[in-house]
Amino acid sequence: MKSARLFAFLMVVVLLLTACGAPAAPATEAPTEAPVVTEAPTEAPKEPVELRFTYYADGVEADVMKPILDKFMAEYPYITVVLDVVPYKTIDEQLPAQVEAGEGPDLARITNFGAYRGKLLDLRGYMADPAYYEANFPAPILNALGFGGYPDALTITGPYVNKTLFDQAGIEIPGEGTTWEQWTEITKKVKEATGAEYAISIDRTGHRFAGPAMSMGATLINAEGKFTVDTPGFRAFAQIVKGWFDNGITPVQVWLSAEPVNSCIGPFKAGQLVMCMSGSWQINGIVKDVGDTFDWVVVPNPTGPGGSTGISGGSAVVGFASTKHPQEVAMLIEFLIKAENYAEFSAGTLALPAHKEVAAKGVQYKTDNPDVVAALGVYTNEVTKLTEQAASLNVHPYAFAYYRNSANRIAQYLSGELSLDDMLLNLQQDIDKAIAEAQK
Amino acid sequence: MSQRFTFLTARRGRKRPHLTDVLSYLYLIAGVVVMFGPILWLVLSSFKTTQEIAKFPPRFLPYQQQTISVEGYEKPLPLFEVQFPDGSTRTLAQVRRVGLEAQLIDPQNPGEIIKVNINQRKPVEKVAFTLDNYIEGIKSFDFGLYLWNSIVVTVVATLLTLLVNSMAAFALSKYRFRGRQTIFLIMISTLMVPLSVVMVPVFLVITKIGWNNNLLGVIIPAAATPTGVFMLRQYMLTIPDELIDAARIDGASEWRIYAQVILPLAKPAIAVLAIFSVMWRWNDFLWPLIVLSRNEFFTLQVGLASFQGELNIQWNLILAMTVLTLLPITAVFGILQRYITTGIATTGMK
Amino acid sequence: MSLANLKTLRDTADRFFTAVYDGLVAAVDFIFSFIQRLLGIKGMPYVFVLPNLLIFGIFILFPMLLNFVYAFTGGTSFFPEQRPWVGTQNFEQLLTCKNYLDPNTCVEDLFWRAVYNTIWYVVFQVAGMVLISLLTALILNRKIKARGFFRSVFFYPVLLSPIVVSLIWKWILQDTGALNGILTSLGYQKMPFLINAQQAQFWVVMISIWAFMGFYTLILLAGLQSIPADLYEAAAIDGANPWQAFTRITMPLLTPTMVVVVVLSLIRAVQVFDIAFVFTGGGPGTATLFLVQFIYNYGFSSPNKLFGLAAAASLVMAAVLIILTGIQLLARREEN
Repeated sequence: MKSARLFAFLMVVVLLLTACGAPAAPATEAPTEAPVVTEAPTEAPKEPVELRFTYYADGVEADVMKPILDKFMAEYPYITVVLDVVPYKTIDEQLPAQVEAGEGPDLARITNFGAYRGKLLDLRGYMADPAYYEANFPAPILNALGFGGYPDALTITGPYVNKTLFDQAGIEIPGEGTTWEQWTEITKKVKEATGAEYAISIDRTGHRFAGPAMSMGATLINAEGKFTVDTPGFRAFAQIVKGWFDNGITPVQVWLSAEPVNSCIGPFKAGQLVMCMSGSWQINGIVKDVGDTFDWVVVPNPTGPGGSTGISGGSAVVGFASTKHPQEVAMLIEFLIKAENYAEFSAGTLALPAHKEVAAKGVQYKTDNPDVVAALGVYTNEVTKLTEQAASLNVHPYAFAYYRNSANRIAQYLSGELSLDDMLLNLQQDIDKAIAEAQK
Repeated sequence: MSQRFTFLTARRGRKRPHLTDVLSYLYLIAGVVVMFGPILWLVLSSFKTTQEIAKFPPRFLPYQQQTISVEGYEKPLPLFEVQFPDGSTRTLAQVRRVGLEAQLIDPQNPGEIIKVNINQRKPVEKVAFTLDNYIEGIKSFDFGLYLWNSIVVTVVATLLTLLVNSMAAFALSKYRFRGRQTIFLIMISTLMVPLSVVMVPVFLVITKIGWNNNLLGVIIPAAATPTGVFMLRQYMLTIPDELIDAARIDGASEWRIYAQVILPLAKPAIAVLAIFSVMWRWNDFLWPLIVLSRNEFFTLQVGLASFQGELNIQWNLILAMTVLTLLPITAVFGILQRYITTGIATTGMK
Repeated sequence: MSLANLKTLRDTADRFFTAVYDGLVAAVDFIFSFIQRLLGIKGMPYVFVLPNLLIFGIFILFPMLLNFVYAFTGGTSFFPEQRPWVGTQNFEQLLTCKNYLDPNTCVEDLFWRAVYNTIWYVVFQVAGMVLISLLTALILNRKIKARGFFRSVFFYPVLLSPIVVSLIWKWILQDTGALNGILTSLGYQKMPFLINAQQAQFWVVMISIWAFMGFYTLILLAGLQSIPADLYEAAAIDGANPWQAFTRITMPLLTPTMVVVVVLSLIRAVQVFDIAFVFTGGGPGTATLFLVQFIYNYGFSSPNKLFGLAAAASLVMAAVLIILTGIQLLARREEN
């Protein structure tokens, strides 16, 4: 028996050695079609270059992106861009690890800006016109990205309202300056008058939650950039939402069944919900799923002592420092931020542009739906109302530590598992722990 | 008539139908509903339009609103049945809706616009299975390639699993050698630890080996399943050793004893492992998700997940593509179900 | 094609595959005979076990050992060499509670909630699984028409991936799902199937039973059919009623099969992850947060990347599991 144990030990040692000693052979490049060189370029023909672009889509983004990439490849025949459309889970969970391991792609569409600090390619050194790039995107975003990419869309949070239900109830939709308490009362009246199932709801995420909380006076991010959740404003909005739960006027499944994407937009699309606090990215889906069933509008964010602010957000297209073709990555990004190409993407995806020139010129959205045009107008106006604190949340390096943990902890409060005090205490600990660990 | 009669009265050797017989059949029929109902619901939902999917309460069959082409209007107009205050009803085509008011026309007489409250009209619908979800789904990713990758992974991995595990099981069941107990114990103790808890280190190992974005990284790591070794070993223990001794006397090599004496006798257990391996690999999601991030290596299950974005999930496409991934495994089961069910029963996990 | 043709075709295919198989065996035998001459018969078991051991060692055992490195280090880096040593801090954090029965008093309250959730889940799932499988097997063991068909019906869900199982049931049980649709169209109130904590817990158990009971039913059915029929006949002659026959004959003779079923379903229940993960995501609140999901959330899912804590939790879990397995193995050895 002793020798058996010795043998097992030796086996383990051998295995450890073989596993560690295995050379980190680079993955063999998959042979891809050689780029078709059409006209003999004036300069010497270049080695073919393949760029891998890891992409995720909420809807039609990949379909809109592909023709733009085709244009790029036609202009630079020696470059092939392969768009790898992956689940968002891959972007969220695998990509940071892959990049850390040096196995990342050349480019990617990301949402968590803080996860790649120091891993992104500073594009300015490779661009033909870095001044144009720097001038056309909000500086906080470019700083958060370390000048490694550009925001491909600007999103902003704001509430959707079922106008047909208001019409049926014979109640006017209130305008700018209405508080959350008032909205709660009014939507409840509409619900009662029309027999709609639910009055009011908000997406299950700390991102959407933050806007109303800040409007109600919360200082979520203090002067040093630290998160503080236990503030009167945050408490006040948490209690308002808890009130929706206790009075049975909100679709509780939005917060209580933890899906990867938990939005009140489902019940809203089904015509069951009067008001849904979500954001500008929903427009496309609403057009598709609501059709002609009812009229809907976007209303300005409700007002409180802290203002009337939504939260900005959006994804970004970035290049990684580990790429073997930094020049070509920068060329591609420079191509994508050309006003016409950027506008083509915004127009096709019905997204607000984060690009100053494009925004100034205005985007010809690919829609003939007047509701969409109106909604995009309201959202564009909301962008101008963002408070400084609200604008800094999404570019905060640890924004995601707040987003995810807050959704889970607030849900525990709403389900009655935790008291308000315990919820805030635990949430603060979660955020502090995640940040402390990341700084080790 | 007689057949239905015997069906209802089949019973446990008594002359008259017993209450327990009736209850048994009730239970089994309820079982069919509970087992297949949910799957049927999934299949039906995959044929619904996105608007129909978003509706509550959901309807059993997929419906679509009927439309009609009217001269002077570019797009076909949706048909509604309108009830007028005098009690009469007419089928009209809707031109547009403004707030609570719908503007409709009579397709026979398109000149005159009729305005009614939206609550007075009901859409004219018919049962229609839309294939749009399937067409859009197949178009939006390289279905053929992902299917091929899934098949390659499933077939190669299953063959490898069978070979590697049966060899190990043979050694562990038919030889007495130093370390046998230890190897077996280590394997058994890992049997209970789920793979998901070692995902981070496994990803590290795969990265160090350089198998990221390589089908090998999906095929090899799970080929040595402790469950498989355990099952085959237990089965091989029941094969008498005398057969081996006889083969040795005949001059057979150890390899031939394994390949031509033991393996044929262990066929039922191997068949069961094969079925489970096919099932595991075909359905595997988390593992390929970790290893694969380039589209040319995607398996169907990972491709399917690409319809999940950050802020939105394209349920209609997920439903349709899920139904497609169910087809092959259902077909295999349909053809082999007798062997599968009896095989598992006889192997019985001794 | 006529039946006879089909038969010859099958024979030809059979002969073809046999020939291929024999060819492969002979080819490999060439190598193995050489090795056997080199090592002797005594060396051969090592050769047979080696490929499996290599894969097992590199991809299962070694990563498990690596978990120790992660557990004793901190930070969010993925490379062990870049992680600072923190000693037993992760374990302390995990295991510190003022009152072990109240997760709210623990430093890692979620870990303890997950522990308790896993315990009740295992108890109810295994009990439910065994009972329902046994009932189904008993019914299928009667003189039933179309037994093969019913057996397949109950087995079919076993083939589905956990993700599909969750998707199917989400479509039924979600707030706007089929079941609530039926309830409202019959004039009843909607039910909070996945929203009420107790109901969500109930459904998670039921769905995992739904998904895998077919497998255990088959094993139990085989066990039932191996009980000789004349035992029942003898009992009937002695005037035993069916219940007595069940408790005195069926149950004792079925015990070995039952043990297998209990152990297997226990292993699976402890590992519960994917079904609940996709189905409820651990909610409502943390009502269906189980241990493996806790580890996954902390380790892989952003933003926390607390690999150390996750590794420590998985080691604690593995230690408990190995102790339980050991006890079970010892108990069986005593029995024999």
